[in-house]
Amino acid sequence: MTKDGTLKICKKLIICGLICLFSMSSLQRAYASDASEGEGFNPGDMINHHIKDAHGWEITHGVVVPLPIILYSEPDGLMIFSSSNFFNNGHEEVAYKGYLLSHEHISRVDGQPVYDFSITKNVLFIFIDATIMLLVFFAIARGYKKNVGKAPKGVQSLFEPVIIYIRDEVVKPSIGDNYQKYLPYLLTLFFFIWFGNLLGLIPGAANMTGNIAITAVLALGTFFITNFSGKRAYWSHIFWTPGVPWWLRPIILPVELIGVLTKPVSLMVRLFVSITAGHIVVLSLVSLTFIFHSWMVGFGSTVIVTLITIIELLVATIQAYVFTMFTSLYIGMAVEEHH
Amino acid sequence: MLMDMQFAVMGAGIGAGLVAIGAGIGIGQIGGSAMEAMARQPEAFGKIQTAMLVIAALVEVIALFGVVVCFLIYTAGTAAA
Amino acid sequence: MDLLIPDYGLLFWQLVVFSIVLTILAVFVWKPVTEALRTRESMIEDSIKSAELAREEMMQIKADNEMVLKEARVQRDQLLKDATIVANKIKDDAKSETSKISEKMILDAKSIIESEKNAALAEVKNLVSTLSLDIAEKLIREKLNNDPSQQQLVEKFLKEVKVN
Repeated sequence: MTKDGTLKICKKLIICGLICLFSMSSLQRAYASDASEGEGFNPGDMINHHIKDAHGWEITHGVVVPLPIILYSEPDGLMIFSSSNFFNNGHEEVAYKGYLLSHEHISRVDGQPVYDFSITKNVLFIFIDATIMLLVFFAIARGYKKNVGKAPKGVQSLFEPVIIYIRDEVVKPSIGDNYQKYLPYLLTLFFFIWFGNLLGLIPGAANMTGNIAITAVLALGTFFITNFSGKRAYWSHIFWTPGVPWWLRPIILPVELIGVLTKPVSLMVRLFVSITAGHIVVLSLVSLTFIFHSWMVGFGSTVIVTLITIIELLVATIQAYVFTMFTSLYIGMAVEEHH
Repeated sequence: MLMDMQFAVMGAGIGAGLVAIGAGIGIGQIGGSAMEAMARQPEAFGKIQTAMLVIAALVEVIALFGVVVCFLIYTAGTAAA
Repeated sequence: MDLLIPDYGLLFWQLVVFSIVLTILAVFVWKPVTEALRTRESMIEDSIKSAELAREEMMQIKADNEMVLKEARVQRDQLLKDATIVANKIKDDAKSETSKISEKMILDAKSIIESEKNAALAEVKNLVSTLSLDIAEKLIREKLNNDPSQQQLVEKFLKEVKVN
């Protein structure tokens, strides 16, 4: 065996070990929370803690990466400090400079309003997602500059089929000839969601794409692009629906207007629900072990969780595809010239 | 109050179960039709499979709605209890 | 329930980061990538088309060659046929010529033979007539001597003639 091959196998072993460590630690965390609370293990709290946003990144139980807190309030102006200031050495919540962090909600001790723009766990994962995207796609762009007109190489050949699939199978048939304008948005959308979904499956990572704020922004983008690129046929279909009796039109108008809103809302809720529910299912099955206090159940739930995680990998891809697909369908409906 | 919350949690469970029935029927129908289509046109296997997975994912989201709503009511119930 | 209420801080950051990522990727990645893909696809299409064209040209050339070959073959066949005809004619001509010559020769020979025969016959006639005259003369002379002796004489002279 060559030295290179041995090195590669070592690398793989290290990655596998890390993944095992993370998975073990999430179980330990669940068990530890059970022991410390002393009043029985509460799966709801554990799951809630995982799927919600937090002001610190708790990789495993007790190991918290402090994140920057960014606050704005009338008397103090803009304030930036570490989230570790909210806890003393005994991991108890303490007030800092007149602010208090309680149940992931920051408030002023004196009750005045405060605006929280902190880099929370999910914001950190937005950054990580964005960084990975930039690294990957700049590498790909370099590849295209380097071997012009040649077969793709390395990471370029990994993502080229995906890019071509999105372009030829999703965007082109839905939007039609004028698809070039919307391709950058749709590709960014797809890869942002896909990478975010896959990142969320890493044990210890944040439930980023399963947060309604993130999906709301993505859906809002679709909403604005759809309505700003709406052609005459699109608006006339909403305000003066062709092919129906005139007296029906006033009744159809509100329905159509609601339809304009429900499209992005359905996108938002679909992604949020499928990712969040995936996490809930996995964590619930893990919780079974600690509810029943039995290693047999633990064995069984590990098997099921492994299977569910494999399905979640599929769901991560399908949801990204579905979001992109529906966005391009909506855009296609909007830019359609005539029926 | 405690009793009400217990009922709420129970209702959440029943609701999630009903949603699961609906989604199960939906996914079953999709799978059945896809199998039939594949048997009729084995050469279109890949395309049918992709479409089946996507539509199954869409139906599955409905079931997951049930899971999320159930979870929300469960947390609210246990918090109140 | 706060699971369903979007957090404004998160909304803000997501909006900012996503817009930045979208802008950067659209300008620096998607544009060159889609262009590179399009040029490569058109290049492949062009090369396929030119290959098709070359193949067609090749076929054309092949067909032309085939035709030329066919023509050549036909010409060769024609030439061969012509040559055979000519040769046959020459052969036939030669045959007829020789037969004519030989016929003429035979004819000449026949006429010569005829004339020789006639001459010979004439000579024989002359000889016979002279002989008969001689015989008659001698007979007449013997008769004048005796009869039996005449007979003897005739035979004797005939014997003499035979000896001649």
